[in-house]
Amino acid sequence: MDAEQKFTSRTWPESPEKTTLEGKNKFLGFWLFLGGETVLFASLFATYLALKDKVPSDDHALAIDMFELPLVFIMTMLLLTSSLTSVYAMYHMKNYNFQKMKTWLIITVGLGLAFLGFEIYEFNHYVHEYHHTFTSSAFGSSFYTLVGFHGAHVVVGLGWFLLLLIRNTNRGLNLYNAPKFFLASLYWHFIDVVWVFIFTVVYLMGMVG
Amino acid sequence: MSTVAQKQGFLAVLWDYLTTVDHKKIAILYLISGGFFFLVGGIEAMIIRIQLAVPDNNFVSAGLYNEILTMHGTTMIFLAAMPLLFAFMNAVVPLQIGARDVAFPFLNSLGFWLFFFGGIFLNLSWFLGGAPDAGWTSYASLSITSEGHGIDFYVLGLQISGAGTLIAGINFLVTIINMRAPGMTYMRMPLFTWSTFVASALILFAFPPLTVGLFLMLFDRMFGANFFDVSMGGNTIIWEHLFWIFGHPEVYILILPAFGIFSEIFATFSRKRLFGYAAMVFATVLIGFLGFMVWAHHMFTVGLGPTANAIFAVATMAIAVPTGVKIFNWMLTMWGGSIVFTTPMLYAVAFIPSFTAGGVTGVMLASAAADYQYHDTYFVVAHFHYVIVGGVVLGLLAGTHFYWPKMFGTMLNEFLGKITFWLFLIGFHATFFVQHFLGLMGMPRRIWKFLDGQGLNLFNLISTIGAVFMAVAVLVLVYNIIITQIKNVRVGNDPWGDGRTLEWAIASPPPFYNFKQLPLVRGLDPYWIEKMEGNTKMTPAEPVGDIHMPNNSFIPFVMSLGLFIAAFGAMYQVDWRASDGESFVWAIPVLIIGLLITLGSMAVRSLKDDHGYHIHKEDLLKDDEGGRE
Repeated sequence: MDAEQKFTSRTWPESPEKTTLEGKNKFLGFWLFLGGETVLFASLFATYLALKDKVPSDDHALAIDMFELPLVFIMTMLLLTSSLTSVYAMYHMKNYNFQKMKTWLIITVGLGLAFLGFEIYEFNHYVHEYHHTFTSSAFGSSFYTLVGFHGAHVVVGLGWFLLLLIRNTNRGLNLYNAPKFFLASLYWHFIDVVWVFIFTVVYLMGMVG
Repeated sequence: MSTVAQKQGFLAVLWDYLTTVDHKKIAILYLISGGFFFLVGGIEAMIIRIQLAVPDNNFVSAGLYNEILTMHGTTMIFLAAMPLLFAFMNAVVPLQIGARDVAFPFLNSLGFWLFFFGGIFLNLSWFLGGAPDAGWTSYASLSITSEGHGIDFYVLGLQISGAGTLIAGINFLVTIINMRAPGMTYMRMPLFTWSTFVASALILFAFPPLTVGLFLMLFDRMFGANFFDVSMGGNTIIWEHLFWIFGHPEVYILILPAFGIFSEIFATFSRKRLFGYAAMVFATVLIGFLGFMVWAHHMFTVGLGPTANAIFAVATMAIAVPTGVKIFNWMLTMWGGSIVFTTPMLYAVAFIPSFTAGGVTGVMLASAAADYQYHDTYFVVAHFHYVIVGGVVLGLLAGTHFYWPKMFGTMLNEFLGKITFWLFLIGFHATFFVQHFLGLMGMPRRIWKFLDGQGLNLFNLISTIGAVFMAVAVLVLVYNIIITQIKNVRVGNDPWGDGRTLEWAIASPPPFYNFKQLPLVRGLDPYWIEKMEGNTKMTPAEPVGDIHMPNNSFIPFVMSLGLFIAAFGAMYQVDWRASDGESFVWAIPVLIIGLLITLGSMAVRSLKDDHGYHIHKEDLLKDDEGGRE
């Protein structure tokens, strides 16, 4: 099937992301990539758990001193909601409704940016209130590396969505760009799942000492 | 992008290879650069053996010796063995499954260039202030205090080439899952394809821990983090765990494809189908699975406790079972076959006892209590050289002879090939067999010099003489390759006469689109089946039609170059900060420019549509009449 063929909502295939061979390859390859990413984050989580609260002297702040659940709750809600809005976007993609897909993706990007803003505020807060920095202790290094890797993934995900939106603004959906939108949203879900684990392992477990 | 063959100038050929996305050309790139690094690693090995030839020798200084032994291990594993295996995987696997290319031709090229620039970066350390010197395992307790930039070269170089390897692994997985020809079910896939499949899965799950370990080391050494600094709450054992969670599967990533190559060779030159095909597949998968369960056997003496040591010891010994299954299946493949002792077959036959010896010492080392005695002695050096040289390198040499005609359309000289084989086999056993005893006599691993009068003189000398044999063997091979390519005697599609799998059904080298019509696979060893029914060609599964091909691209090269440039910036910003901004002011700008080149070329790749092109049916038919280039 030709990648640039024009469709109507009637002729648009049921799974446009997997209709071409290229799309099928990308779909599978990306799932495998996410498998590798899972191991990457597992290694980072293990490192964090081994170094949690490992500080050179008593005057360093520990997890229980710093973390505040209200802030993290807001961040969690923002990111979980953005996952939901990206599902809406994919729903409209599958229904060949380009305008609505765009709208929901823009909302997704907005929520992601808000999350990122809170994260920057949070890091800034720890650095200035608690002198908890990347170089102050092994705990600091492992905390900023784990949460920072996730933050970097958010930045990449946002950049990806924006690039796709800009590139395709005026040309609508076809079988060439449908897999691209789908993969970006898969990536976004993955980031969301990782955050659920960060919320649990870093913040909730941090609150109980 | 013309399909018309023409004489090309050197620059045109160079440009073609810099931009190619054809798996067969990428295979050649992997073969050449892997071969180059193999020679570099071999020279380093020779220097080690010369230094240890006689007691109290001063051929190289202690510091330089540490750098050479580190670079020997690092180069051989990451820059020689893996790329050479990727060369054969790229050359053969798409053909074996009846595909026109890999699933992601662009990523295939990107994977190669990342490996290439990572390898070059690592080796530039020789010219820029000294190579890494903490051993190929680069344990953190040693490496974070290593002075100069040696370890930085190790970290950044492996990070770049490791990304390339991960990409290659995903690519092969998707290729094998999605691109098989009609009728090529999983249980009809040749063993080399199966072992590539399992090795790729291992790459996918084993490389991310290395990535993380290297990042932690990078942050510690270059950005002031404290992961491994005990005085700041850090823990150096984290590096050991991350490294070996990668490092142990890594040895299976190396050996499984070699097993695959041998399986093809045994079946071909015994003129029998592989004995116990299903058991072989099962054993391959099982080895891959167990390979992830045993990393702590490298850390028995760390003090993880008797329970952990016992679990990892038993898991390690369990791997001997599927490996034993394979050994017996290879022998039973030969049983009753009409065997032809070609050069590849000689390697295959010699591989069985050599590798088994390495396996036996492996089981000895797996016994945690005894390991306290063997740990960090030459016994370990003997063991892993028996499995890696006796398994992987023999596999690579066998594969070079076996697949050379398919890759280049010429046949390596069999007489010279057999000379190489005998020299190499004798040299290999002379070098490493005695090292078992050196180890049991107490000679520590990685030692710079040993003293006279400790009973170590004779075996060390024998070991060095053996290494000379191996060096001569490799030189004969290089000579063989050169004269073969100069003579340039072309061969047909099935030069060994007994090819069983799909790659032997098409021309050597194959046309750039591989199969004009995708073949119909009717069972295991599909080409053999057709031959037994008197056919000279595969039964096609489709009529002749337009073939979709990917466009060449220079972007992978630029993307990798960007990271290569950025790595210099990341490394020298340490000096910039140490000098309070006085010198190395270019470091941060270079880091940013490098990253922008990479990110920019990624954006270009994303924004610019690339639909590839079609070869038209008429041109394909014309190709038939005029013969191919």
